[in-house]
Amino acid sequence: MINHESKQKYTALRDIIADKAKKIFSFHNWKFSEPKKSEVFWALKDVNFDVHQGDRIGIIGRNGAGKSTLLKILSRITESTEGTIKLKGRIASLLEVGTGFHPELTGRENIYLNGAILGMTRTEINKHFDAIVDFAEVEKFLDTPVKRYSSGMYVRLAFAVAAHLEPEILIIDEVLAVGDAAFQKKCIGKMEDVSKNDGRTILFVSHNMGIVSTLCNSAILLNKGKIDFIGNTNETIEKYLRAAEVQKSYYAETSVKDFFISQVEVLNNDNIPTNNFKSSECIKLKIKIRKNITDSIVRLSVTIQNTNGDFINTFVENMEDYFSKNDSSKEFLITYPPNLLTPNHFSFRFALFTQNGHVFDLVEMICPIIVVDHGSKMAIYEGINYGYFNANQKFIEL
Amino acid sequence: MTNKFNSNKKWDLILESGKIENNYFKDLWLYRELFYILSWRDLKVRYKQTILGATWSIIRPVLTTIIFTIVFSKIAKLQNPGNAPYILMVFAGMLPWQFFSNALSESSGSLIGNSNLITKVYFPRLIVPASSVITSFVDFLISFFILIMMMIIFNFLPNWQIIFLPLFVLMVFLLAFGAGLYLTALNVKYRDFRYIIPFIIQFGLYITPVGFSSNIINEKWKLVYELNPMVGVINGFRWCILGDEISTSSILISLIITAFILIFGFRYFRKMEKTFADNI
Repeated sequence: MINHESKQKYTALRDIIADKAKKIFSFHNWKFSEPKKSEVFWALKDVNFDVHQGDRIGIIGRNGAGKSTLLKILSRITESTEGTIKLKGRIASLLEVGTGFHPELTGRENIYLNGAILGMTRTEINKHFDAIVDFAEVEKFLDTPVKRYSSGMYVRLAFAVAAHLEPEILIIDEVLAVGDAAFQKKCIGKMEDVSKNDGRTILFVSHNMGIVSTLCNSAILLNKGKIDFIGNTNETIEKYLRAAEVQKSYYAETSVKDFFISQVEVLNNDNIPTNNFKSSECIKLKIKIRKNITDSIVRLSVTIQNTNGDFINTFVENMEDYFSKNDSSKEFLITYPPNLLTPNHFSFRFALFTQNGHVFDLVEMICPIIVVDHGSKMAIYEGINYGYFNANQKFIEL
Repeated sequence: MTNKFNSNKKWDLILESGKIENNYFKDLWLYRELFYILSWRDLKVRYKQTILGATWSIIRPVLTTIIFTIVFSKIAKLQNPGNAPYILMVFAGMLPWQFFSNALSESSGSLIGNSNLITKVYFPRLIVPASSVITSFVDFLISFFILIMMMIIFNFLPNWQIIFLPLFVLMVFLLAFGAGLYLTALNVKYRDFRYIIPFIIQFGLYITPVGFSSNIINEKWKLVYELNPMVGVINGFRWCILGDEISTSSILISLIITAFILIFGFRYFRKMEKTFADNI
């Protein structure tokens, strides 16, 4: 923060969410059939910060910390109940690629439509038209309705339009969750290029600490609607990860999401909640999933992560097989066999998503656990990070 | 770039809670391009994958006019007190009515139909219902050519009053827009409103002089009847196009009610606008 203020004479742009940017959010939504229960809840409170021109700020925090609300207020989608925001320069938000794409319209028409929605003028779109088509690699299909596009082409075109926006301030929310790895890399490259070379200011919300640390030069850690920490990216990420370790179980009672992870608990052999495991014990996850819609076309992915958030193992279950139309919640027990993980620190990631990439809910780095050695041959190496899983390999003398 | 940003005390935009209203009309102007493109999209999408395309906007009013002429003139034996052929009188009423009912049903569902935009990007939400009224207006213009053709076929020349027609077109435009604003905002809040709209339109057709002339209404009921703002509009259309006698009271009442609906609809829409993204 002091850092930022010392730079003040170069201030190009500054968002001040002065004093108590607050937001009322009442939970009695018409969707719920529960008796009227109104609850005042500040999604954001006392959030104050400055952003200077060319800053690339990552906004991190656990689900429900107020990240998305902050972006929504900054991008003017919702209005804050209290507080002020001052902006210099044009602001554009990229909350989801392909916003406003119409399936019946052709690629060419959608470029103009999407461009206009993102705030480009016709002349600007004309200027960048060839570059957009080039980036998206869709020349041959420009006059085909986008409903006939493959999902890869669709995402490429959508990102290409967004990447050629020229606002002074760009707000990005988890857009990189789509596309294949190669395209994601291309997108990150483009974003780095945009911010580093053009002096564009970027506000970036993500659960992916890897992308945050490559892309951003500073970060804000939000917790329960308040700023926990502002500082350089690595320091903030560290704080975020450390904060995650004190949390034993995950719990979200209500949500407006169609599908959401309501509860997660880590249990040992004897079904007792804990986060310390012997390597010879099995690890059980008790998870509760709730839904607010009748539909149940959704998949659950469960991932074991290391402390950096890297994926160690993932499996996916199709929830359609378990949910009937009227079920509003279900509980599942996931058991990992003993001697699977090596002594190390792990956490879990859960995502509810559809095949075409829509994410209903995503929680990451939750329920951290510590696995300790229980007299294996590797015991003497405990304390050294020698890996994450046991391969149970055979070793024979020939 | 440095020069451009050095005057750092000058903000381009200050968002203060409760005072965002101040920018509204400026924003409407800034976002005019989005308004054009959304109207264009609605028009384009509407007639994609239809065999007859834009001819639908001709077929519907023409067929309804023929049916109405047969039912009211031949079966019910109603007379047209003016001197135009009955079918022309029906069509002169059908034009504003079709425009009104299309605009109302399109605009009332417009916010819900564009919910993906509303939850993802900022723009003055007024653009959405406005562009759907424009789409219906294009249909209206197409059907207007049919009217001109019919007048040529029947060899019917309009009088000098025709110069006032744009005023009545504006009136029905504002009426549909005002009512559309109100209904689309309600639709976001209470989803069952979409069931009411077809009912309003169907009900409206019975109490609006589309298939018959206002002159056959009993004096006793005239005032109540004229409370329907479409009565004044249709009377006005017939006065301009066909030279029918005009009841000034109906025009006046209609003007007042239109103004009321427009102001009320606009204010309600503006009041609800902040919560659209949360409720939709």
